[in-house]
Amino acid sequence: MYEINYTQILLASIPEIILVVAALATLAIDLGLLRQAPIPRRFLAGAATSSLGCIAAISWIALHPLETNLLNGMVVINPLIQLVQIVLLALAIFTIGLSVESTFTKHVGEYLLFLVLATAAMLFMVGTQDVLLIFVSLELLSLSLYTLTAFNKHNIKSAEAAMKYYLYGGMSAAFLLFGLSFLYGASGSTNLVEIAKAIQSAPQDPLTIVAIVTTIIGFGFKVAAVPFHLWAPDAYQGAPTPSAAFIASCSKVASFFVFAQVLMIGFSGAEGSASFRDHATGWVLIVGVAAAASMVLGNLAALMQQSVRRLLAYSAIAHGGYMLLGIMSHSRQGTVGLLYYVITYALTTIGAFGVVAVVEKDTGSDTLSSFIGLSRRAPFLAFCALIFFLSLAGIPPLAGFFGKFYLFSAALSSTFGGLGLLWFVLLAIAVSAVSLYYYLQVLKKIYVEETSQTGSLQVSTVTQLVLLFLAVSVVVLGCFPTLLTGPLEHALPVIR
Amino acid sequence: MLAWTIYLSFLGALVLAILPKSMIAAARVIALASAAAGLLLGLLSFGHPSEGIQTVVHSPWVPSLGLEYHLAADGISLVLVLLTGVAAVAGILFSWNIDHRPNEFFAFFLALIGGVYGVFLSFDLFLLFVFYEIAIVPKYFLIAIWGSTRKEYGAMKLALYSFVGSAMVLAGMLAAYVVSGMKTMNLIELSHYAFPIGFQMWAFPLVFLGFAILAGLWPFHSWAPTGHVAAPTAASMLLAGVIMKLGAYGCLRVAMTLFPRGMDPWGFTILGLGSWRQVFALLALIGILYGALVAMVQKDFKFVIGYSSVSHMGFVMLGLMTLTQTGLDGAVLQMFSHGIIAGLLFAVVGRMVYSRTHTRDLEELSAFSLSKNLPFAAFTFVIASMASIGLPGFSGFVAELQILIGTWKAFPSFASFVGLGIILGIAYTWRVLQKVFFSTETARKENQHAHELEPITLQEKFGAFFLMAASLFIGLYPKVLLNVITPAFHGPIFESLRKGGW
Repeated sequence: MYEINYTQILLASIPEIILVVAALATLAIDLGLLRQAPIPRRFLAGAATSSLGCIAAISWIALHPLETNLLNGMVVINPLIQLVQIVLLALAIFTIGLSVESTFTKHVGEYLLFLVLATAAMLFMVGTQDVLLIFVSLELLSLSLYTLTAFNKHNIKSAEAAMKYYLYGGMSAAFLLFGLSFLYGASGSTNLVEIAKAIQSAPQDPLTIVAIVTTIIGFGFKVAAVPFHLWAPDAYQGAPTPSAAFIASCSKVASFFVFAQVLMIGFSGAEGSASFRDHATGWVLIVGVAAAASMVLGNLAALMQQSVRRLLAYSAIAHGGYMLLGIMSHSRQGTVGLLYYVITYALTTIGAFGVVAVVEKDTGSDTLSSFIGLSRRAPFLAFCALIFFLSLAGIPPLAGFFGKFYLFSAALSSTFGGLGLLWFVLLAIAVSAVSLYYYLQVLKKIYVEETSQTGSLQVSTVTQLVLLFLAVSVVVLGCFPTLLTGPLEHALPVIR
Repeated sequence: MLAWTIYLSFLGALVLAILPKSMIAAARVIALASAAAGLLLGLLSFGHPSEGIQTVVHSPWVPSLGLEYHLAADGISLVLVLLTGVAAVAGILFSWNIDHRPNEFFAFFLALIGGVYGVFLSFDLFLLFVFYEIAIVPKYFLIAIWGSTRKEYGAMKLALYSFVGSAMVLAGMLAAYVVSGMKTMNLIELSHYAFPIGFQMWAFPLVFLGFAILAGLWPFHSWAPTGHVAAPTAASMLLAGVIMKLGAYGCLRVAMTLFPRGMDPWGFTILGLGSWRQVFALLALIGILYGALVAMVQKDFKFVIGYSSVSHMGFVMLGLMTLTQTGLDGAVLQMFSHGIIAGLLFAVVGRMVYSRTHTRDLEELSAFSLSKNLPFAAFTFVIASMASIGLPGFSGFVAELQILIGTWKAFPSFASFVGLGIILGIAYTWRVLQKVFFSTETARKENQHAHELEPITLQEKFGAFFLMAASLFIGLYPKVLLNVITPAFHGPIFESLRKGGW
């Protein structure tokens, strides 16, 4: 049917190939040469190799701007996808940087291997418009993430978290596959554009509606939207910190991008409406319900948390709710807003986990009380935490605020005559006012409460550098949002 | 040049944040220098007020959304920038004795000041909101770390009230941005856009209330007394003196100019109220009387001043709602006047008295015979009281008189109650003055530590004289301020307001 040009496919997937090679090289070096070396040195060497791989992939993508569509959407490369891939790779480098200090495992090579393989899976996942490849790469990503979650063998919670994550993930994969098979049945194609054509002819067909609902359930698990969020707090709490940061950032960016692509491209024509007093059946309405529930439940549940990791998990659920607003607005501006939000959120949350990792290593726990007096013991770390948590709370001039502004204004202007989604935005703004309370709780421990413990906290240079870079980028992207929105707007295909 | 008031404050905060902890003396000098520089810049631009709005900086920020980095100043901005400068300098002078993490204290203080300057100078709604929220965080830490009496509760309450208020503003602002469809946040352009009246009817109360929470409008005032009491002296001076003005300023600059028709009559009456304007005027009036009555029965010296702030801010809000030239002039003048006087009162309570006697209980304070043992504090408080109750010759008199006249024109039935509010003000001020400083209960034993109170320092005297002089000068020669305030109301930004409802 289609003439298969292997050279082209190979060319288009060179970044992924570089990553796989780097992953294998990391493993080989670690197991072959450094077997007897102390763990920190093995981590350092492994991190260097795998980061080099990521950097090589980034440079390849940056130097070879490509716009192609192979095998009827099986491999799609365009400026936007390339931008997202670069972001994913950069986030992976930060995660690797934070893992250098880890002591939870002796299997350094394997850990980094899975991290890099997961990144490769994400690159594949964002670079396709074919539901089959989306599903396969999603599974590759998920399997890597389950393993990464379970990596801390000394901690039973890590195993429990991985088990929970795995069971829920397996369930969600089943739902997703179910929905996708219906779509294939309805359209006779696995290509998103073809599927959209078939759906447009019968948007209210029961089969279509079932397909839409199950697909949203499948992706809802991935982005931890209520009511499919139950795995998130446990996974965030039990997983080794770099894995948790990775799940919270990279995987979030990739999942949201694919989710948006599937809904906006694959289901365009069946969007319906969630406007006030003007509902219409369609995916916008379903996503809307999940968004509202996520915002409310995430923010309220976070109020009660004593563990900072769980707090971050519930805050991630709430932020996921805001981001779903970007998908709901189903517009160019909404997409830019969503991507800006999820990227800056990922930067912030890696930083927050970086701070948690240092504190946890020192005090052995991640409860709120173990943060007491951090500003005295590690002023730099405390200041970074201040920036990350205030950005999560949406205080200007940090990136979190501009993201909210962009997203909410996109949601408001998405409907004709404006203000159709006003009630959603009002809800989002109202619950984000609640969120300030629990972020301030953390900062209160760090800055306000005093501790008798006076010894200064040792933070390694690599961690400090990563945190500094993240904090600076959160401030800079907040003050000069055009640095990110500009390229996004430029790269976004005009017709959506 | 005015933009440097903002930059210098933030720069000072940054320098203080990275300054070694041991350099305390240097920290104080740096803080004072940047605050004084801000005041000087404010004064200089006051000297040559050009006609209408003087643009400071105007450059695109996020072109795709039409956001601009637009700093400008009209007469109202100039007056409030000047007030901020005065309050900042005085606040630093009165916190010279802070020895617990002083560098951080001054860093947060200057960051707060920078945010406040930013709000008063922004002519882009988005930018205004950014600065408005920047001011929330330092407030929280100033109170939670350096405060007293239930400091964490007071700080969190204040932060959440402010944040809820700004959330309401954000909602209204987003809606206005989308409905106008002009892809601009420029306040002047937005104020010229005729929003649909149905939209204005809900956007006006939303945004007005959002700002009014910070202005201490009854019944959303309850953060103010607890926050003021919990805060360290300099922070209470700023909170009452400047931060509450941010709220009132937002009401005037944003809510009233963007949605002037929101104050139109509804066409029906509920409980005798026929428009949002009357509703808010009534709330302001209740605030005046309620604040004064509650102040009269407080046992804590600082709570008296805290509630008096609620009462005095009621005058500002009432002045705004009169929509007459006199009333509005009076409201802006009262913002300035109350900023100075509240600063002075809190300086006496927090720094001169509390940090020496370690009690704020009125009964216990009367045992210290403060008029004998701290004569300067007594002197300052007498002057501050005279200014506060609005004796002629002080700034409070001119301001409250104008608001009274404005009220007489706009809401004749309210005028006598406003008069009552002024009388109640005399009563509660007199009560604390008598109890704390001139207690004559000879039967009571004098506190044994009364003679060991350390004398008033030079910085305190300087700061007190500075504030007293400011209040007296404006009281005797209010024209200095009125000459720039009145023309400001004829500027382009108030055009729609003058056409509707005024």
